[in-house]
Amino acid sequence: MVETAALTLRDYRTDVKPIWCPGCGDFGVLSSTHKALVQLQLRPENVVIASGIGCSSRLPYFVKTYGIHGLHGRSLPLATGMKLARPDLTVLAYGGDGDMFSIGTGHTPHAARRNVDITAVCMDNQIYGLTKAQTSPTSVRGYKSKSTPYGSPDEPLNPVLLALASGASFVARAYSARAKELTDLLIKGIQHKGFAFIHVKSPCVEFINTYDMLDRLVEEMPVDHDPSDLQAAMNLAVTEEKVHVGVFYESERPVYEEVAHSWFKPTDFDADAFFRRF
Amino acid sequence: MGKSEIIIRLAGEGGEGVISAGDMFTAGAARLGYQVFTFRTYPSQIKGGPAWYQIRVSDKSVLSMGDGVDVLIAFNEEGYRDHIGELNKDGVLIYDPDTVTPDGKGHTSYPVPFNEISRKKLDFFRGKNLVVLGTMSALFGLDPGSLEGMVRSRLARRAELLTKNLESLDHGYNYARKNIEKSDPYYLAATEKISRVVMGGNEAVAAGALAAGCRFYGGYPITPATEIFLTLAAELPKVGGVCFQAEDEMAAIGSVIGASIGGSKAMTATSGPGLSLMTEFLGYATIAEVPCVIADVQRGGPATGLPTKNEQSDFFHAVYGGHGDAPRIVVAPGSVEDCIYQTINAFNLAERYQMPVLLLSDQSLSHRTETFLPPDLSHVRLEERLTANGAAGAEFARYKLTENGISPVTIPGRPGTYSSPGLEHDEKGAPTTASKWHIAMTDKRFRKLDLAAKEGAASPRYGVRNAEIGIIGWGGTEGAIREAVDRAVAKGYKVAALHPKMVHPLTKGEIEKFVSPLKKVIVPEINYQGQFAHYLRGTLGIDVVRLNKYDGLPFCPGDIFQKIEEVI
Repeated sequence: MVETAALTLRDYRTDVKPIWCPGCGDFGVLSSTHKALVQLQLRPENVVIASGIGCSSRLPYFVKTYGIHGLHGRSLPLATGMKLARPDLTVLAYGGDGDMFSIGTGHTPHAARRNVDITAVCMDNQIYGLTKAQTSPTSVRGYKSKSTPYGSPDEPLNPVLLALASGASFVARAYSARAKELTDLLIKGIQHKGFAFIHVKSPCVEFINTYDMLDRLVEEMPVDHDPSDLQAAMNLAVTEEKVHVGVFYESERPVYEEVAHSWFKPTDFDADAFFRRF
Repeated sequence: MGKSEIIIRLAGEGGEGVISAGDMFTAGAARLGYQVFTFRTYPSQIKGGPAWYQIRVSDKSVLSMGDGVDVLIAFNEEGYRDHIGELNKDGVLIYDPDTVTPDGKGHTSYPVPFNEISRKKLDFFRGKNLVVLGTMSALFGLDPGSLEGMVRSRLARRAELLTKNLESLDHGYNYARKNIEKSDPYYLAATEKISRVVMGGNEAVAAGALAAGCRFYGGYPITPATEIFLTLAAELPKVGGVCFQAEDEMAAIGSVIGASIGGSKAMTATSGPGLSLMTEFLGYATIAEVPCVIADVQRGGPATGLPTKNEQSDFFHAVYGGHGDAPRIVVAPGSVEDCIYQTINAFNLAERYQMPVLLLSDQSLSHRTETFLPPDLSHVRLEERLTANGAAGAEFARYKLTENGISPVTIPGRPGTYSSPGLEHDEKGAPTTASKWHIAMTDKRFRKLDLAAKEGAASPRYGVRNAEIGIIGWGGTEGAIREAVDRAVAKGYKVAALHPKMVHPLTKGEIEKFVSPLKKVIVPEINYQGQFAHYLRGTLGIDVVRLNKYDGLPFCPGDIFQKIEEVI
C-alpha cells in the first residue's frame, strides 16, 4: 500500500488570483478555508464548494477542490443537488449577504429545515460590493449608500436568527479577522452531520469598513451558553450590544440524504415490469 | 354492420365522475384489445367547472382524437349545450333527463337517469361513473364480464366498495339493455385480445428517464407536468435514485445542475411559468457545459395563462429564451410512445454534447392516453459524457478547445478538480474577460450545436413519395397530421409530412431535401405567432403556409385536411 503524504496548504491553493481589494475580509475566509481543509486532511477531489455571485462567491476559484461558481443566490440549490447525488463528498456553499439573504433568501430556510449535510458560509459585509456600494439586506437602518441616498428605510435581516428559526442544526458566527476561531468553526461546521450555517462578519474595506466597529463589538459566546438551548441561542442572536462569535446552536437530527438513500433498492430499471403495470 | 370506430365524449362538471368513467372505459376497452386515444380537459380547480373527456376507440390504430363526436354523454345542461354542436351525422346523445333538457333535434338520443339510478336505487352516488360505464358497455359492445374483472382488480384493496361498485355497473348495463332500443350504428366489433400498454405522456417521459439512466430528479409541482415528478418520486428510489421536491423552480433546476456536475444523469420537468423561472440556469448549463434535461409540458400562456389547456407556444422560449448567445438542444416527442424514446434521446444528447436539452411536450400529450404494444427497450443505446477520469493531471483543462467543441469532463471524487464557471473562462475554467476567450469559448459551444445538427437522427417522413404539398409539424400534433395525410392521399392528393423530433438545431439538408420539390409547405401549430414557421423561415429561409390555432385544444385531423384542400 502506498503511503499518501499529508496534504499541505499548497495542495489547496490555485494559481487564480483573488479579485478582492487589499484588506478585504474575504481573504481571511479563504485562508481559514484552506487551513480547515488541511487540518481535516480532506482530499481536494472529495470536496465541492458551490457559491453564488458577488465578491465573496469568487472563492471557489481560489481553492483547489471541485467548485461551482453558480448564479446569484443559488449556491444552496447547487450544493443540495450535489450532496443528494453524492453524499460521499464534503459539500460547502459560500455566498454573501446578498446571495443568501436577498436574492437567494428563498433557499436558505429550506436548506436549513431539510438538514442536508452542507456547510453554508455566509460572508456578510453589509453591502453590495461588486456593484459598487448599494445597500444590502444586512445594512443597518438609516445606512446611506448610492441606492439609499437618504438613508435605508429597511430594518436589516438577522442571518443568525433566521437560520435558527429555520431549523438549522448547527449555527455559528465568526469574524474574518479572527482566523483561528474562524478555522475552528469551519472545521466544526464541516464535521457537523447536517446543515451547518456559519455567519461570517467579513468587512468591505472599500465601501463600508467595519473593522473598528467589529473589533469593539465582537465577543466570544458567554461561557455559560448551552448550544443545545435554542431559546438561549435566539436570545443571543438578537443582542444588539455585542456581536457574539462561536457556536450558537448545535443539535442532531436525521440528515436528508441519509433518509432519501435509505429508500434505495440496488436494482436496475426493469422496463418490462414497469410497462406491465400500465 | 356497426361502425367499429367510435368517438365518445363525456361532458359534465369536474368531480362528478366524468374523468373516472372515461378512464375506466379506456382501461376496459384496452383490456379487450381495442386501441384507444383519449383527450381530456378540465378546469384548473378540484371540484366543479366544465370538464370533458374524449375517447376514440377502434379495432384499428388511432393516432388522434379524431373529428367531431359520435357519442355525447352529457352529465349536465352545460355539457349538453357546449358540445351538442360537434355531434357528427349519425351521432348519439346520451343524457340524464334529470339534469338535461335536449332540444331533440336531428339526432338519436337516449335518456338514462344516471343520478336516479345511483342515488335512489343504489343509494351510492359515488358509483355514478360505473352506472355510466355499464350503460356504455351495453350500448357499444364492451364485454361486461371483462369490465367487471377490471373493476375487481382496481378495487382489490377496497373490498367494502367493491360490491356497491359492481352493483352500479350491473344496473347501468341492465338499464340500457331493458330500456333503450338501439338505433345508432356504433358497435365495436370483436377484436383480438392483445396486451397493450395504456399510458399518458407524462408517465412515458418518466419511463424514458428511468430507461435513460436518470438517477436524480429535482422538481416543483406544476400542471400539466406534475405526473412526471410523481412517477419518478415513486420509482427513482427503486433504482437507487433521488427525487427531490425543491422550494421553487430555480432550486429545482439548480439541484439538477448540482447533481449532474456530481456525475448523475439528472432532469427536471415543468411548464411555461416554471420554465421562465429556470431560464437563468439554462444559460448556466450552457456556459458551464452541464448535461441536463428539462421537460417543458407546454400549456396556454403567457403568465399563468391556461394551466389545463393545450398550446405549443414555448418553442421560442425553448430555443431562444434567456440572455446571451446560449446554444441548447430542443427535442419534441410526437406521441405518447414517442415520449419514451425522445426522453432517452434527450438524455443521450445532453450527455454527448454537454449542454441543456429541452423536451417539449404539451398538455394534450401529457394527459391523453394512448395504447401501444409494450416497447422493447433492450436495444436502446445509452450515452455517457466523455470523461477524463484517470487522464486528468493536476493542471486539468476542463474546457479544452477541441475540434468538435466537446471537452472531457471530470467527476468529483476523482482527480482533475476544476470550478464550474458561470463566468466566461479559459480552458481551465478560470474567469476571464479577454475577448479572445469569449470568442473561442462561444465558438466552441456553438461547434457542439453544429455537430448535433449534423449528427441528428433522420426525421420520420410520412405520405407519398412524389408529394406536391408538404406538412412540417412538430411535437404532439404528429398523429393528427398523419391521419390528415392519410385522408388526403386516399382522395388522390400528393401529400407528405415531415416531423422532426430534434426541432433545434434542425438538420438543414434533410429539411431542404423535403421542401425543394414541394409546391406548398403547411406548418400546423397550436400557437398564435407561428413560432416554428417563423423559425423555419429565419433559419432556412423557407416560406410556409401557416396553420395556427390557439383555442386551447389539439388539432383534429379535419383541421389539417381542410388546409390541405385549401392550398391544393
